Amino acid sequence: MVDLHPVLLSIQVASISLVFVFLVGVAAAYVMQKMEFAGKAVLEALFVMPLVMPPVVTGFLLLLLIGKQGPVGKILGEQFGVQLIFTPYAAILAGTVVSFPLMYQSTKAAFANVDHTLEEAARTLGAGEWRVFLTVTLPLAWQGLVAGLILSFSRALGEFGATIMVAGNIPGKTQTLPLAIYFAAESNDLTLAGLYVLIISLITFSLIFWLNLWTKSKGAAGKRIF
Amino acid sequence: MRKSVVLFVIGIVVAAVLAAGCGGTKQEPAKQAAQTFELNISAAVSLKDALTEIQTKYQAKAPNVKLVYNLGASGSLQRQIEQGAPADIFISAAPKQMNDLEAKNLVDKATRKNLVKNKLVLIIPKDSKLEINKFEDVKSDGVQKIAVGETAVVPAGQYTQQALQKLGIWESVKDKAVFAKDVRTVLSYVETGNTEAGFVYKTDAVSSQKSKIVATAPEGSHEPIVYPAAILAGTKNHKAAEEFMAYLNSDESKAVFEKYGFTMSK
Repeated sequence: MVDLHPVLLSIQVASISLVFVFLVGVAAAYVMQKMEFAGKAVLEALFVMPLVMPPVVTGFLLLLLIGKQGPVGKILGEQFGVQLIFTPYAAILAGTVVSFPLMYQSTKAAFANVDHTLEEAARTLGAGEWRVFLTVTLPLAWQGLVAGLILSFSRALGEFGATIMVAGNIPGKTQTLPLAIYFAAESNDLTLAGLYVLIISLITFSLIFWLNLWTKSKGAAGKRIF
Repeated sequence: MRKSVVLFVIGIVVAAVLAAGCGGTKQEPAKQAAQTFELNISAAVSLKDALTEIQTKYQAKAPNVKLVYNLGASGSLQRQIEQGAPADIFISAAPKQMNDLEAKNLVDKATRKNLVKNKLVLIIPKDSKLEINKFEDVKSDGVQKIAVGETAVVPAGQYTQQALQKLGIWESVKDKAVFAKDVRTVLSYVETGNTEAGFVYKTDAVSSQKSKIVATAPEGSHEPIVYPAAILAGTKNHKAAEEFMAYLNSDESKAVFEKYGFTMSK
């Protein structure tokens, strides 16, 4: 019998990461789009770092940060009695960090493409910034946002390097699908590895397939995202 | 925009020229010496520090032989040799890879010899306050997580499982285990204090500043950890390779290997 725990865990981890990455990614893109401040270019480069750095390096930095002796890990442990390291929560953190640049980039591009005269029009009609964002900017940028979400979800679902560093490899507890595939393949259990690969491919494929159908049926812009 | 691209390209070119320049100066003395030739040695990466020191010492003894090391995971080296990579000597971290090459007649069987041995040790963070003096102590409640190499993939993990099964404590360790993908990760988990204990090779622990060895697996509690060395069948420098193999087994090399935590194989 195939152990389905890694499959379920990976879906959970990627889904919860997605919630965080959506909130943080949209907020970051909005701020960077609207505001000018000193050091913006530096911050911008920092935001994209997890995309270009080897995931193992990201993982090692996270390990130093949230590990038992790390600055964040120490505070969490001593003040709240919480330990992130070697738990599924660490996997969620890793998934969020590595997929953040994808969400951020897509959202930023989407916001930039919104016709700003429409936002101006809403303002002249008396709408506050919050209302303009919710009723004008966001609906006009939704395609870019959905693309960012799909990319982020797929990236978090396939995350390996950073996850194995901070969540560790504990079968039945923190072993996600990519970790299970790696160890099955390395120990020459090609049937199991192949099965897991099939599952993860099916998930990502059906996601993109469904998305294309959905955008088509919505008709509005009529354009496929992928 | 275009300007920065040009600058970037110039930067790369300058860096490449500089790098080439450095390489050139290093090679010059070799070219000048008469009849200098290279001896290619493919060796397990865990031997790196010891072999580097031996290289310096051997250069003084045999100035016309230039030792070129290709260091990597034993399995990768094995595949490279199978694909015809130039190598005169192969030193593997486990018998398996050597056996595979031998089965394919790529190794000069007569020259095969177990060079050094390694040991499995229990390490804890240097500043740990836990009372851990023997393998059984990892069962105590103070130890929440133990780093172990993955037992199906990482050889150190296999040895750990064997040793702990012999002691009858494998099942309780397994419940606290974090299975790492290589022995270096085990070391960094312990060094950063994220696991209270871990099982690594003695040679890894000796070079570590932030962890300490508290116990060593007794002889016979696991399969011996040996590093077989052999001259490859395809070598064109058989005599020089033989001489270097003899040097590896000399007292001078022995001292170097022992300094880095290896024991000599009899």
